[in-house]
Amino acid sequence: MGFLKKMFGGHAAVQQLPTGTITVDRQGRVVASTVSSAYPGNLLQGIGRDVLELFREARAAQMPLAEVSLHFGSLRITARELRGGAIIFLFPQTALLPTPTSARP
Amino acid sequence: METRHKILILDDDADWLALCRELLATLPSRPEILTANNAKRALALLETEKIRLLISDLKMPRIDGLQMISIVRRRFPELRTVVLSGLEDEEYRSRAYALGVDLFWLKTEMQSNLKLFNECLESLLGQSDREGDAGFRGIQSKSLMDIIQMECLSRSSTVLRITRGPLVARLWIQDGELIDAEAEGACGEAAFYRLLAWKAGTFENLPAEPDRERTIQKPVNALLLESAQSLDEMAHPSLEPESVESSLHRKTMWKLSQLTREGAEFVIAVPLAGQGEPDALGTQNFSAPARWAQRAAETARRLGDRLEAGPLLHVAGQNLERQVLMLVRGDRAFLVGWPAESAENLPEKSRKLVASWDS
Repeated sequence: MGFLKKMFGGHAAVQQLPTGTITVDRQGRVVASTVSSAYPGNLLQGIGRDVLELFREARAAQMPLAEVSLHFGSLRITARELRGGAIIFLFPQTALLPTPTSARP
Repeated sequence: METRHKILILDDDADWLALCRELLATLPSRPEILTANNAKRALALLETEKIRLLISDLKMPRIDGLQMISIVRRRFPELRTVVLSGLEDEEYRSRAYALGVDLFWLKTEMQSNLKLFNECLESLLGQSDREGDAGFRGIQSKSLMDIIQMECLSRSSTVLRITRGPLVARLWIQDGELIDAEAEGACGEAAFYRLLAWKAGTFENLPAEPDRERTIQKPVNALLLESAQSLDEMAHPSLEPESVESSLHRKTMWKLSQLTREGAEFVIAVPLAGQGEPDALGTQNFSAPARWAQRAAETARRLGDRLEAGPLLHVAGQNLERQVLMLVRGDRAFLVGWPAESAENLPEKSRKLVASWDS
């Protein structure tokens, strides 16, 4: 008994989607967050780092952006540039909820 | 005695069911309307009642519309099925047709185009009477040329609605003759040639529109022959420099006209794997934005994988002067630039532009 539990662990490893807002400084450190504390901090940090990279590369390409939105099948990430850092909004897009829309893409 | 067919409407929204019941009760054949607010109840009704047509929503709790359609297609193969959904995603349309539904209709279109919707339903309800429950359903792996030839040879009158991803085209056929076409903003013969270059897609038959003005005068066989020749030339281009140059010029002019019509500022196509040069229209200095598009596609893909957020749909960016939208199609990333003031459904417009660019 308990053989399967030992092999596969106690629960299924399904990653929940983050929901809320985070603010990152220019080094990509999360300085404020309303995302559940159960959500892995390293993933949040990764979001901040990638978003800042997008802003930085856009500046390098002579195409500075004030806002970037990444649209995935089940998550939308909208980030606004904030004096080198960024404020990042995370919206899960579930099939059973109306998709939040905005005038901008 | 006249047969009164039964229609079953499945939707979890009680108000919508009441509205549909009211609207469909006015159909000329006066069908009996049954309703169910969940799939379990709908299946029970299908077991006990002789239902001719099922109209199902897609987004429902527990068993959703696509699951329901796949169940009924197996258990009640003679049942006609219509999907009536609020989901405007082309992927759902393709998936529904792949499951064998007879018609996919958007709820918004139903309200604005009730007459046409009712004609489609009447046509579906009436089919068994005309054909005595015999005949074939579904066409697989036939080219568009085959489908058009079949419609014309059988002297049909119909409107063929053809969709390829976000692109939609229509062909008007009257008594076996092609009278008009519309595709990618073009109409008449130009649209027909454009349409025949599509390699894949889905199609549906809509009721004929006999009052449609005739813009195509050539016989359909002549058009098909000319189109086959030009497609053949494109597939095996002549090595004569003049011919290659004129073909490239035609392609560029077509892309430019698409760009202008949609109101976009530029399109940059970048190979993702790094082989090949970026290609652009509407801008001279594109190497830096092309690099950004490539990096953005990589970063977004990596991030999506890490967060298990599903496939990347697009990345949008904006500043005071401009909006840009990056999307990936096949092995290329496309960056589409729009004026800052454009506000209408840019992802959909960009997808259309890219699909048309890439065809």
